[in-house]
Parts: sequence; C-alpha cells; structure tokens
Amino acid sequence: MRRVLGIAVPLLAAAAAVGVFLLVPHLVSDFHSRDLAEAGVFFIAIVGLNLLTGYTGQISLGHGALMAIGGYTTAALVVHEHWRDVWTIPLAGIAAGIVGFLIGIPALRLSGLYLALATFAFAVAMPSLLKKFSGLTGGSQGLSFLESSPFQVTGLKGTVTVFGHTTTANHFLYYLTWGIGLVGLAIAWLIVRGRFGRAFRAIRDSEAAAASAGVNLPLYKTLAFALSGVYAGVAGSLFAIQSEIVNPLSFTVLLSILIVVGAVVGGLGSLPGLVLGALFIKYLPSLAGHVSTRPGAPDFIYGAAIILVVILLPGGAGGLLGRLFAPLTTWLYTRR
Amino acid sequence: MLLAFDWSQLAQQTVIGLSSGALWALLALAIVLIYRSTGVVNFAQGEMAMLSTFVAWSLVHHGFSFWEAFFATVALSFCGGVGIERAVIRPVERAPVLTIVIVTLGLVFVVDGIARWGWTAETKSLPNAFSTRPIQIAGVAFSIQDLGNIAVSIGLVLLIGVLFRYTKLGLALRAAAINPQESRLLGVRVSWMIAIGWGLAAALGAVAGMLTAPALASFDQNLMQPVLLYALAGAVLGGLESPVGAVVGSLLLGVFVNLVGTYVDWVGNDLRLPVALAVILGVLLIKPAGLFGRTAVRRV
Repeated sequence: MRRVLGIAVPLLAAAAAVGVFLLVPHLVSDFHSRDLAEAGVFFIAIVGLNLLTGYTGQISLGHGALMAIGGYTTAALVVHEHWRDVWTIPLAGIAAGIVGFLIGIPALRLSGLYLALATFAFAVAMPSLLKKFSGLTGGSQGLSFLESSPFQVTGLKGTVTVFGHTTTANHFLYYLTWGIGLVGLAIAWLIVRGRFGRAFRAIRDSEAAAASAGVNLPLYKTLAFALSGVYAGVAGSLFAIQSEIVNPLSFTVLLSILIVVGAVVGGLGSLPGLVLGALFIKYLPSLAGHVSTRPGAPDFIYGAAIILVVILLPGGAGGLLGRLFAPLTTWLYTRR
Repeated sequence: MLLAFDWSQLAQQTVIGLSSGALWALLALAIVLIYRSTGVVNFAQGEMAMLSTFVAWSLVHHGFSFWEAFFATVALSFCGGVGIERAVIRPVERAPVLTIVIVTLGLVFVVDGIARWGWTAETKSLPNAFSTRPIQIAGVAFSIQDLGNIAVSIGLVLLIGVLFRYTKLGLALRAAAINPQESRLLGVRVSWMIAIGWGLAAALGAVAGMLTAPALASFDQNLMQPVLLYALAGAVLGGLESPVGAVVGSLLLGVFVNLVGTYVDWVGNDLRLPVALAVILGVLLIKPAGLFGRTAVRRV
C-alpha cells in the first residue's frame, strides 16, 4: 500500500503541476500571462544555475552573460539569417552550452569565491564586449526582430495557431516558456537523481573525497558548466523571443545577480522551490514599487527583502517545502 | 614618433595613475580586511563608500570645512560599518560563502536605496581636499591633488599597518581572522573583532570616496561603482589574502590602466574598465593567489 502511494504521490504532484501550468493563463489577464512568461525565463536559468551551484557547488555570478550568448544567437539567426524565431531555441542552447563548457575549463583551477569573482568579471565585461563586436551584435543599438525580419516573429498578428488551436500571442509565450521550463525541470530531475547527480553532489561535498572515489573531476565539473550553459542559453533565447529585441543592456551584471538570488531564494540543491525563486525575482521589484514610489525606496525594500529571506530561510523555499512535507515523505519512504 | 617620446608626459601619467591607484588601494584594502575576517568579498563596499561620501557632502553643505567633515564622516562610517555587521552579517556568520555573498549583494541595493532616498538625484560636488595648483618637480608639472591623494593613502595604509602590527587590538584582529576557534578559547571576542574589521573597512572606504569625489566635476549615486571594480581587480592582483598585496596591486593597476589608456589608442578611455576586468580574469587563471598571496594548502 505504502509502496503504491510512494509512487502515486509524486506522480499526482507532477500531474497537479502540469494542471496548474495549463490552467493559470485562463485565470489571469492576457497581459499578466506575459509577465508570467518572463518569470519562466528566470525559472529556466535558475534551474540551470542550480545544477551548477546547488548540486556541483560551483558559484557562478556570470549566468547573465551565458544568457546573452543564447539571446544573441537567436537574434543573430533571426535578423541575419531570417530563421523563424522559435526554431533558434535549440541552437541558442547549444551555443551557450559550448561557451559554458569553455568557461568550465579555466574554472577547474578556481573554487569558491575566486570562481565567483572570475564569473562576475565576465558578466561585467559582457556588455562592452557586445558593443565591441558590432558587426554581429548591432553594437549598442542591438538587434531588433521587428525592424529586420518581422515575418519571423511568431505571434506578430497577435494570435498563434498551433496544431489547430488558436491562442493569443501572450498565452503562446507563456505556454512556450513554461512548457520548456517544465521539460527542463524534468530533465534536471532525471540528471540529479542518476549517476551524474551523484557525481555532482560528491564534488560539491568534497572534491578530494569524490576524486578518491573515482569521480572524474574535470569531466563532471565542465559537464556541469556545459549543462548549466544550455539552460541559460535557452532562457536567453526565450528572453529575446519575448522582447523581440536584444541589446547590451538586456544582459547586465544585474541579471546575473538576480539569477543567483533566485536560485538561493528558491533553494540550492532542491528543484521544486525554484518556481518560487523565479516568481520572487520577477515580482519583488514591482511589489517594492507598490509599497512606496519615493526614489530609492523600492531598491531599499528589494535589498532588505533579499537579506531577510536569506537570513530567515537558510535552505530557501525548497528547504521550507522539504520541512513542511517531511512528515509525509518520511512516512512514505521509510522502511520499518 | 618614437624619437619625440616625451619622458615628462610618462612621468605625469605615472603619477596620475598612482593617484587613482592610491584611491583604489584604500577600497581594495577595505575588501581585503573583510575578506580576511569574514571570508567573503563585500560587494557592497563601493556603495557603502558612496553613502559615506554623501554624508560628507551634507556636512560640507551645512557649513563644515572639508577636513572637519572628513574626520566626522570617517567616524560615522566606522560606526555604520560596525552596525551593518551586527545587523546583517552576524546572523549569517556561519552560513556558506554563497549565502554571505548574497547578503552583501542585497546590501548593495539597500545602501543604494538609502542614498537615493535621502539625497536627490541631481549631481553634487565636493570642494577639493588639496589645491589643484600644479607644482614643478625636476621640470615636470604634477598636480598637488594627485600627490596629496597618494600621501593620504600611503599614510592611512601605514596607520592600519601599525594598528595591526603593534597594538593589542591589532593582534586580536589578526588572531580572530587567522584562527577563530583558538582565539575564542584564548578570550578574543571573535565576533566583535569581525565587526571592528567591518568598521575599519567602512572608514577606509569613506576616505576613498571623499578623495574620489572632489577630483570629479560632479558626482551622483553611481560614484563608486567603477572604483569598486578597479579595487576588486587590484585586490585580486595583489592577492585577496594580503593587505600589502592589495595596496601594491592597486597602485600597479592604476599605473598600468592609465598608461595603457594613454598610449594604446585602441583602449583609449572607454575600454579602461574591461582592461581591469581582464586583469582579474588573467590573474585568477594564471596565479589565483595573486602576487603576494600564499596558496592555501589544506589537509582533508
């Protein structure tokens, strides 16, 4: 009985998540589903960062730069090569994955705070690099889909028809982003519960112990970087598709910081809480703006909220969820 | 071109580089002090220095002379630094590195918010700490301001050095940073030592801010953002563990960046910051411990 329940409960939870995913756009306004789609972009990047930071223990403060790689890959293919925007997503993921892998190689020499600093420098330098290679990236103007190849923008007419179903463009973006997000979450879950995940966690907990147990450190660390890069690239690509324009200011160091904050608030080393982390970084600025619009007040509230959450919830939202459901999971999965 | 190489220009540019490097050195030293005691880089160090500078601006605005405001601000910043440590760092003292890093990133927003809340967005200016009159040394004109900045920074660094080396408080500060557990057993109040470290760092940052601002025609709430990046680069170049390294690294970086910016047209004025960032990346990849740092060897 308990064994059946042990399988049924997670399946039910997954079904409920899919149900919520499908229903939400019908409960909120059309405009709001677009906001949620933006939160979905953060979600995908956060899931990727969590594989790297939460499971492998490598701090990256530069994921915004990897998102820039994805976003600019999509933009360049749409604007220069006139590809349909949605078909560029896999390539954007691959491109950022390769860059992630390349960053992973020098990162083998660094750990902890030093890696954080190196990736931070990468993120700060990214906008100037994008401006420098203006032939490909359009310089500080950036690349605008609507100006150069409007017919490649899915949802240009305001509605999108997929397999005979017609939805509004905003709903389409929501389903596209969160659909990819949920698939990405499922893949991340499969990765972390298998052989790779064990190797990742072993590296996080002790590199020396992992190496002596036969874990190939260089392989798994660069692999974690590459995987994480794929997620960031897909997120950046979706970001570009949603805003229909990319420029160097789309991917500042602030974006990198937000993603790390989202991952920590969502809970490093756990997956379900990350939805809350994404919603946190998406909605906190506007919530802070509601409290007071005096100059500086939103910044203050925003920073204070981040500090408070980190102090009060050391495990993030994921840790809180884990504690809330601890009686249930203990009952389900303990053999007596 | 090569024949007409102007040695006095080289000397001038070197001193200008040393002058900005000296200001970065103060902030870099602040970063190193906190790194040694708390084990993290305080990303809010620049914003804290910016807030101190705004306090100094208000004092000057209310009729204080520059130097009165200077010392009052240093004292206030020390208290502010201690207060920040007590309020937000102490609760996460034993948390993982990333948690403390996130707290300092949150502090960036908080301090920035306070500065935008309390002071308007219009640009401000501070009177010059030193005369801007040039003086001739061996036929080359240097500005007194640059030389003054260098003198104040070196003086402060020596003062901090004396504090750490020859006083009982300095000994306790060093002990708390190097081996907290044993220091605690020997009666050092480690937690308070960390707070004092934050106070010293905030005071150093305040000096950096108050000397950076007058050199600019005007400043706003973004005053210290580039300075923080240069200071980080300087600290990494010298070695995050080493106070001497932070100072030497920042001075070297100041000269290097200024000379590259002057003599390499391709870099010019816009690409100075990326040069500093490239220095961070290069040092971390080639010699992560920096020029003066020691590679930590651990038994596991």
